[in-house]
Amino acid sequence: MCLAIPGKVKKIFDDHTAEIEIGGIVKNASLDLIPQVTVGDYVLLHAGFAIEVIDQEKALEIFRAWEGKLD
Amino acid sequence: MKYVDEYRNKEIAQKILRQIKSISKKKINLMEVCGTHTVAIFRNGIREILPSNINLISGPGCPVCVTPISYIDEIIALSREEGFIITTFGDMIRVPGSTSSLEKKKADGADIRVVYSTLDALNIALNNPAKKIVFMGVGFETTSPTIASVILKAKEEKINNFSVLCVAKIMPPAMKSLLDAEEVNIDGFICPGHVSAIIGSNPYNFIASKYKIACVVCGFEPLDILQSIYMLVKQIEEGEVKVEIQYKRVVKPEGNKIALEKLNKVFKIVDSNWRGIGNIPKSGLEIRNEYNQFNSRKFKVKIEETKEFAGCRCGEVLRGIIIPPECPLFGKICTPEDPKGACMVSSEGTCSAYYKYN
Repeated sequence: MCLAIPGKVKKIFDDHTAEIEIGGIVKNASLDLIPQVTVGDYVLLHAGFAIEVIDQEKALEIFRAWEGKLD
Repeated sequence: MKYVDEYRNKEIAQKILRQIKSISKKKINLMEVCGTHTVAIFRNGIREILPSNINLISGPGCPVCVTPISYIDEIIALSREEGFIITTFGDMIRVPGSTSSLEKKKADGADIRVVYSTLDALNIALNNPAKKIVFMGVGFETTSPTIASVILKAKEEKINNFSVLCVAKIMPPAMKSLLDAEEVNIDGFICPGHVSAIIGSNPYNFIASKYKIACVVCGFEPLDILQSIYMLVKQIEEGEVKVEIQYKRVVKPEGNKIALEKLNKVFKIVDSNWRGIGNIPKSGLEIRNEYNQFNSRKFKVKIEETKEFAGCRCGEVLRGIIIPPECPLFGKICTPEDPKGACMVSSEGTCSAYYKYN
């Protein structure tokens, strides 16, 4: 039940909702829980609500940590 | 970056796995407390690739599974009343109550509708002003802010025919309760990533400081899970337990402050009964008195006497004491097609995951 899926914010409307693209499919979601979001951000979508913005810099840390690492 | 496929990279997975194997010496038990993690671990075959000294145990992490049978009976009782529409997430509809389920009631003609979002339930209320709409408010901290949000919206927009049967629960007190019971030996927790998107990692600090148990807040892709296991093993092997966040792209130590404010505005923390575990202090959410008009408890209905299915051992599965095949009903008279216990009904239930992937 705690499934949440990353999607890209395409449009933001005046009523605090947004169009969010997930793998080519566009869904409407409420921005009530993360009003600070802007177009182009990636967010996590859960049950019709965007619940958090994905930090694009921190998302790369795992690759930086392991890609160069020798066994 | 799409933040999905990148975290399924085979070469990096092998690298992390080799590191786990090289540093892991002790025999340890790691518990995942989130049902979405349980499914991700099975789907990616993570149990099979880990060294045999690392044992993964599933905990009570599915809200559907821990909803007491009396609440199912209560929503069924409401569905029998004239003029009511029951709205629910799909996961709840097949959960057996004492003598029936929402699915059976729907087949009998009750107006029961599956919704994807709490907002859909509120829209049904808007479009059916002559009916009373009750939403079955099940969920952990990932979902409860979405319930809070629609209650606030219903109040603002004066949608007075909408109410919630609130069964929302809080995860850290359940983890404390498992540790206090001492029924299962846990060395580290794979902490729930999306619950933590809301509450942050700070609420787990007591687990590391008081109970000396390692905690890592974990994402849901294979690399996330492997890296979290690596971080837990490293903490345990080095004897320096703490709370770490692996899922940093989403989780902050303080969580989502706006979501937490909404939660706190609408709900108060109360003791709560967990199916299979019993009462856990300060582990549930109840609608505050200011929002009583949106609490379905304002309707007085007669609820049947609670009856659990004899022989069902979901309680021990939820506490990590037994694995599903140890239950005599598992796979014989309790299957996903005809579930007897809640852990088999929910797609994220431990029994369902064992049945599907083993």
